[in-house]
Amino acid sequence: MSNSDYGRMEPVIELQDLCKRYNGTEALKNLSFQLKKGEILGLLGPNGAGKTTAIHIILGLLTPTSGEVKVFGLSPIQHRFQLLPRLNFSSAYVNLPYNLTAVQNLELYARLYNVKDAKRKIKELLEVFQISHLGRRRSGFLSSGEQTRLNLCKAFLNDPELLLLDEPTASLDPDMADLVKRVILKVQKERGIAILYTSHNMTEVEMVCDRILFIHHGEKKAEGTAAEVIQRFKTENLEQVFIRIARSGDLLA
Amino acid sequence: MTPSLNRIYAMFLRYLYLHQRSLPRNLEIIFWPVMDLMVWGFVTLYLQQITSSAVGGIVVFLIGAMIFWDILYRAQQTISIPFMEDQWARNTLNLLISPLRFWEWMTAMICYGVVKITVIVAVLAVLAWQFYHYSIGSLGFSFMPMVVNLLLFGWALGIFTTGLLLFWGHTAEALIWGIPFLVQPLSAVFYPVSVLPVWLQPVSRMLPSTYIFEGMRGVIQNGTLDATLVWSAFGLNLIYLSLAGFSLRWMLSKARQAGRLSRLGSD
Repeated sequence: MSNSDYGRMEPVIELQDLCKRYNGTEALKNLSFQLKKGEILGLLGPNGAGKTTAIHIILGLLTPTSGEVKVFGLSPIQHRFQLLPRLNFSSAYVNLPYNLTAVQNLELYARLYNVKDAKRKIKELLEVFQISHLGRRRSGFLSSGEQTRLNLCKAFLNDPELLLLDEPTASLDPDMADLVKRVILKVQKERGIAILYTSHNMTEVEMVCDRILFIHHGEKKAEGTAAEVIQRFKTENLEQVFIRIARSGDLLA
Repeated sequence: MTPSLNRIYAMFLRYLYLHQRSLPRNLEIIFWPVMDLMVWGFVTLYLQQITSSAVGGIVVFLIGAMIFWDILYRAQQTISIPFMEDQWARNTLNLLISPLRFWEWMTAMICYGVVKITVIVAVLAVLAWQFYHYSIGSLGFSFMPMVVNLLLFGWALGIFTTGLLLFWGHTAEALIWGIPFLVQPLSAVFYPVSVLPVWLQPVSRMLPSTYIFEGMRGVIQNGTLDATLVWSAFGLNLIYLSLAGFSLRWMLSKARQAGRLSRLGSD
């Protein structure tokens, strides 16, 4: 799908001049962007850039200091329970209860999201992420890569229209990371899910994301397709753009 | 099943699953109550040996008081500890971004708590009868209204302390264990309110638990429960539950503003 196609669509996420200040630190400074239906937007930046803050504001876990955030046209704070069934989230830094088996964990979340025909859905997702053989194993005994795939099963359980993936391949070996990327892309194309994707792996970002947004010190530094951003920064690849922004972010503003 | 009931049932099962293949967790249910019962039981036997029969009769209060105190304490713990379990598992964020409402979450914890407390009371009742010939049944029908009031107050404390966990994260854990023990001396658990200094007695009478422990002593002494004490406790419980609900809501909103909610389990 081209950029002009996305431009005509209703935004799934819309941030307008978003600011977040805590303890005298400005985590986000007038951040604005949109994510359209069926689009994968890479939210990139060095550690502490404000990516997680932005994601948590979108999830309604954090209230902005000023500015506006809309998800499916609604405020994630005021219309929280209208929005939550339509989205899901997975992060390398958030786990599922370790004393429950993989299947028990997915059954728990299937009930929380009121998933119809949960048994079939769980079986299907375990197969897709190639962890069917681990269904009866307790999550605490899974390797970090297996846990990541289980987290992704949870994230796809409610057929979300919006998926927020915070470094989904951070603990995966290259083979599994490739599998996960392919699965995400396949499901995303089939269902037209909008995805906000963060990663520090620039090759992966180029492969997965339709558009990218670089932020540093809470400010937007660059936005566009990977090719457009590389061209603007006159570098050879996205990794060099990342390094330039991380080392001299303030000069680029 | 409605979506709401389904979510409550899911969380109830999640907490029951804590006990699958976990010997330490299963032992923990009865370990501390049994230890308390042994200490108080043997103190009671010793006092019976060295004092007059009149004083010996009074000391049966101690076992009843100990069992009642455990009901209150466990009611508070069965709300706060499951919440901490999710923090320890780094699962809180997953729950907070799911369609699970806070009241559904609390209801599931309360249901789990009722099951856990029923097991504890049953074990303590059997042991108290076997070792000290103390029958919890001697309280007759008075037992139920007193237990319900203790549960309500324990839940109010549990909701309040869960709010502290939301507000301060892991750093509030010490308070979770400590707050019931702040209430204990003021509740006149093992002695009548009249023993407290005069200036402390009005504070003691602000706690619903005080009326229940006074009522329990009345039942053991006279065989009847003063209904005024039960209703006073119930009225105060309604106030404390409302205050706990408001404080939780306020702390949740403050945690959301300060970014503490998004750091739960990682601080």
